[in-house]
Amino acid sequence: MTALSIRNLTKTYRNGLTALKGIDLDVNQGDFFALLGPNGAGKSTTIGVISSLVTKSSGSVTIFGTDLEKDPERAKSFIGLVPQEFNFNGFEQVKHILIAQAGYYGVPAKLAEPRADELLHQLGLWDKRNTPARALSGGMKRRLMIARALVHNPQLLILDEPTAGVDIELRRSMWAFLTKINQQGTTIILTTHYLEEAENLCRNIAIIDHGNIIENTDMKSLLNKLHKETFIFYLKSALPNDFTLTIADYLKLDDTTIEIEIDRDTGLNSIFTALTQQNIDVCSMKNKANRLEELFLGLVEKSEATL
Amino acid sequence: MNSSIHYRHWIAFHTLFSREVRRFIRIWPQTLLPPAITMTLYFIIFGNLIGTRIGEMDGFRYMDYIAPGIIMMSVINNAYANVASSFFSSKFQNHIEEMLVAPIPNYLILAGYVAGGTARGLCVGFIVTLVSLFFTQLSIAHLFITFSMVILSAVMFALGGFINGIYARSFDEIAIIPTFILTPLTYLGGVFYSISLLPDFWQHVSLANPILYMVNAFRYGMLGISDIAVTTAFAMILSCIAALTCFALFLLYRGTGIRN
Repeated sequence: MTALSIRNLTKTYRNGLTALKGIDLDVNQGDFFALLGPNGAGKSTTIGVISSLVTKSSGSVTIFGTDLEKDPERAKSFIGLVPQEFNFNGFEQVKHILIAQAGYYGVPAKLAEPRADELLHQLGLWDKRNTPARALSGGMKRRLMIARALVHNPQLLILDEPTAGVDIELRRSMWAFLTKINQQGTTIILTTHYLEEAENLCRNIAIIDHGNIIENTDMKSLLNKLHKETFIFYLKSALPNDFTLTIADYLKLDDTTIEIEIDRDTGLNSIFTALTQQNIDVCSMKNKANRLEELFLGLVEKSEATL
Repeated sequence: MNSSIHYRHWIAFHTLFSREVRRFIRIWPQTLLPPAITMTLYFIIFGNLIGTRIGEMDGFRYMDYIAPGIIMMSVINNAYANVASSFFSSKFQNHIEEMLVAPIPNYLILAGYVAGGTARGLCVGFIVTLVSLFFTQLSIAHLFITFSMVILSAVMFALGGFINGIYARSFDEIAIIPTFILTPLTYLGGVFYSISLLPDFWQHVSLANPILYMVNAFRYGMLGISDIAVTTAFAMILSCIAALTCFALFLLYRGTGIRN
């Protein structure tokens, strides 16, 4: 079943800015879907329309088969939203925020309370349950928003840059949590600036730029489009003066560090062979940039060139 | 979660209403205490000190005459202020989004806020009534009229506060209407005098003031006297409530001030 179906969605703001220019998008039930794009591309507007915070200009949004315009109550009941900005009442206690949110979805307090307790435990907020939300740290506030979005057991969870400004340890624990709830059946749509996050978590991906979807495919196919990858090699000893590499472009960064751009057809083995033939030992190596990042930048540059 | 839609709506309304009540109780030094102090001063200064020199009005001690108006004034001011400030705060802190993303129909959002504002108006009215017992011997001539008028007045001004909250873009804009419109209308609404004391022209001008109808109908409920026909007062208030409700729902439907 399709969890989310968007057809010919447009949005023009009062100031004349057209944020969405007729996008089509489908997200299947159970998917972990990434919606990527540079700043101002239309990601947050798309999420705003899906979650009823932004009024569309035209087009349709269908959530689990229910048209958002024709039956907004039913369509909204499927969604849990984690917005980009903190949007809770800072004076309310953490647990009250969760129980109230469940109440807005028609879940009575006696049912919401155990669910809220479970989420507070899972997201490491149990000790803060009676604390006013404004007293939480930035990372805790992010987790509170995730707990709030899940308290009514939504079938579709939408996260708008959920790990922005979150330290790496917490980010990884949030990834594990999101993976777990996705495996339990919740469809997840994620926007993020951390492309490593999208690559690690998501199975399908759409890239939006200037209000148009410029790529919409599965992660594997997208990564297969990457013809070149740049690696940085850390060498055991200084690079000899007469070093040459004919099978790939390279750049000497310092005496013991070299950057090599490798064609998919060339492969790493032939690079290692070439280095070994010149008695060069490699200590370690890494990708210069995330693979998805390279693709993303390439697609966005191409899209801008066509404007 | 197979509960009926009516039950889910009831839970959503109850959640919103409880949140509003919890809010004004949590900040009671800002919401419940000041009206009690202000109205005590009104009773002391206007009722006791000045009132004893004025003598009787429409056959009642001046203190007894102004008591219903003072109670009504506190009810409408607080019902208005509660909704205007709470709704604007929810916009200011963006937590209004919690409701906008949820499957709550617009009329329930309106009902939740208005019920919360009405509850604060009635709470403050009750407190001021208790305070007034130190200065007057209150009686209720018409129980139904007294209670229905105080509730309808609170509802009407809670609706006004909601519309103010929708349009407000800063905290200044939720203070402008109470300061420049509500307070003058209240003082000119027959709280401290009978409009029969005014020249004919100003009596007619006063009839355009909705607060005059509320104060007089409430006074009729308590003391049995009024400058206005009570049926006219009820008709006027019910019409205003209907018009304000329609307008507030229209603004919510359009997303004015709350949706992009």
